[in-house]
Amino acid sequence: MSGHTVPADFSEHMLDLDEDEDLEVFTKNTSLPDGSPLPNSPSSMVNQYRLEDDDEGKEDANTKDIFVTVDHPESQVTAIETFILYRVVTRTTRSDFDSSEYEVRRRYQDFVWLRSKLEEKHPTLIVHPLPEKFVMKGMVERFNDDFIETRRRALHRFLNKISEHPILSYSQHFQVFLTAQDLAPHRKQGPGFLSRMGETVRAVANSVRGLRSRPEEFAVMQEYVDDFSNKMCCMDKVSQRIVKEQREYVDDLKQYSPTYARWGELEEELTEPLKGVASCVVQCSKEAEEHIQHLSEVLVPALHEYVLCAETLKAVMRRRDNIQAEFEAKNEALLTRKAEQEALQEEVDVLADRMEQANNSLKGDWVRWQHSMKTDLRSAFISAAEKNVEYYEKCLAVWESFLVSQRAEASGGQEDVA
Amino acid sequence: MADDGREESLGTDDDSDQTGADGSLNNTMVEEGSTLMRRMEICIAEAEKRSGKNAVSMQETFTVYLIETRPMDAVAEGHNPAPDCLWRRYSEFELLRNYLIVTYPYIVVPPLPEKRAEFVWHKLSADNMDPDFVERRRVGLENFLLRVASHPVLCNDKILCYFLTERVADRLYGVFKVHGNYGRVFSEWSAIEKEMGDGLQSAGHHMDAYAASIDDILEEEEHYADQLKEYLFYAEALRAVCRKHELTQFELEMASQDLISKKQQREELATGIVRTFSFKGMTNKLFGQEAPEQREARLKLLEDLIAEGEETVKEKTIERAEHVEKAWVDIQRFKEQKDKDLREALINYAVMQISMCKKGIQVWSNAKECFLKM
Repeated sequence: MSGHTVPADFSEHMLDLDEDEDLEVFTKNTSLPDGSPLPNSPSSMVNQYRLEDDDEGKEDANTKDIFVTVDHPESQVTAIETFILYRVVTRTTRSDFDSSEYEVRRRYQDFVWLRSKLEEKHPTLIVHPLPEKFVMKGMVERFNDDFIETRRRALHRFLNKISEHPILSYSQHFQVFLTAQDLAPHRKQGPGFLSRMGETVRAVANSVRGLRSRPEEFAVMQEYVDDFSNKMCCMDKVSQRIVKEQREYVDDLKQYSPTYARWGELEEELTEPLKGVASCVVQCSKEAEEHIQHLSEVLVPALHEYVLCAETLKAVMRRRDNIQAEFEAKNEALLTRKAEQEALQEEVDVLADRMEQANNSLKGDWVRWQHSMKTDLRSAFISAAEKNVEYYEKCLAVWESFLVSQRAEASGGQEDVA
Repeated sequence: MADDGREESLGTDDDSDQTGADGSLNNTMVEEGSTLMRRMEICIAEAEKRSGKNAVSMQETFTVYLIETRPMDAVAEGHNPAPDCLWRRYSEFELLRNYLIVTYPYIVVPPLPEKRAEFVWHKLSADNMDPDFVERRRVGLENFLLRVASHPVLCNDKILCYFLTERVADRLYGVFKVHGNYGRVFSEWSAIEKEMGDGLQSAGHHMDAYAASIDDILEEEEHYADQLKEYLFYAEALRAVCRKHELTQFELEMASQDLISKKQQREELATGIVRTFSFKGMTNKLFGQEAPEQREARLKLLEDLIAEGEETVKEKTIERAEHVEKAWVDIQRFKEQKDKDLREALINYAVMQISMCKKGIQVWSNAKECFLKM
């Protein structure tokens, strides 16, 4: 049962998974449309993923065999409640899907169900977070357009992250989520409330007992997670503050230009340059508004997403700790209680296996997650920097053309223009 | 300070308008509750030496004073929010005072401390940079602000508010400075990342540079603002010229009226015909006309007065014509000057914006390079 050595990187070994239906995926002989063999193990897929380091987009298109989109939010009104349904479209070449195209409608609760199933099944894999249920700050109405759009984008990202995950994308629950017209019957299955309660109770008990010691690499990981979480929260706050300041700046600017325009009306010689300045200010404030829009749509959500990721990481670390604690507890019992040795030994072995698996899953997924984080944030920062450059370039053009027009006029009349 | 404010209000004419329904003077010094003094805590915390280019692009050294304001309610509640601060130099205080004098001609505007260190008793030379002088000036300027802010009329002036808590530039200041926080967080974050560390660190430096660049930009904007402000105060001077014109016109009209009425009286006396109703006419009818000698005397007096009146009218007419002519010439001159100055100011503003954009492009391009290398 436990003949595995502990690998530093799980990508060299097949994962021992609990449920049979997932194993099926790995043994089927399949190939891509162009004849090359479909990667049929998480390990080889992870390797492939790593190779995609430098040219993300291109390679993804070649090796990605499942494409998911979330769009068309629609409001649903029933006797009891009102909610939003999102359209989820899947296109895939995978053979374990009966068809190559699916279209279903899902609500936020369905996504929550999917994620909790994934976490249950893979407690130490890093499952991408969902957008928050409520937005407390600013009291955003649930059905406000901006809120819905932001949520839709986040849900889209969520499903894409899952579909890109070498293990999670092959989850049965994921497949059901993408394909079943009616999710209700599937949602009724599974451990459910009581088992979650049990897990919580165990977790509390374990935290009371405390871990004997965390393996070095996980101690390092924990420290990183705590620091990362702090930094992300700061980044999130700073970015939101910048957006706020810029909004106020634009509001002020908007008061500026009518003043120049009105002044211009009262003047004679100065009318033209004053109107010119007024128009420049108007154009610049438009550019600034566009800039703010971009920040709110790209950088702020990206940073916020990773704030949520940090929370996910913390939960993963906790679950891993619990698994280790449970093993240690049973192990201790084995050592102290002389009776029932055999029965206890079996249990200890099971728990030891489970712990090893959990640790390996986490280690492997950790690397993948870090890579993904770097890619995501790097691209968000680059985009933000580019937008800043663009904003300044546009404003520069506006003022330069004003200057040209003034100097052209001036060279006709006055001599000592700066 | 509060007491001084009260004393001052008693001295101004304006207060008599505000005696209020119950006629009590208390309504005027209205509860200093309503004056700026109550709403805002004001102080001049520091003085600093600066050197920079002045309006004619010459390098000069001068002292700036830090004005700190804090909303009073926040202080009362025990919060201690960071005060709004801005730096101003003596000449700006002068501009403000001139503006107040012209705008509220009926108010005794508090004085400023002396401009030059004319009399520094224990030093040999008069030096504006002398620390004692600077300190005395700081106190004097603070006093000036406090008195103005506790004046029931002056405290509501918009220009005064702007002087104390300049706004638009502040917003931009906020935007830039918050990016400095990026610099700090990037730096801390880079410490925990392996691959991204270097990129984050260097990007952080650019964010710091970006945050710092606003200081130069604001300094330039201040020059521009000063140029506009000067013409803002000129507006009042123009108004004064117009008022003078109105005054001479008025005086001329009064003199003419006076002359006309005197001539009319003469006519009545001379002809005995009363054109308009008058009590004199009535009494004459009722009690008989006056004796010829009296009439002669009165006529003579009238003639003298009329002659005087005609002189006056002539003078006033000349005065008005002169005023109009001279004023008009000077107004034309002023207009030309203003158009030239302001046009130049607007162009400089554009140049400044361009410079700011170029700096922005540079910083963010550099930051982008760092991110690309991450």
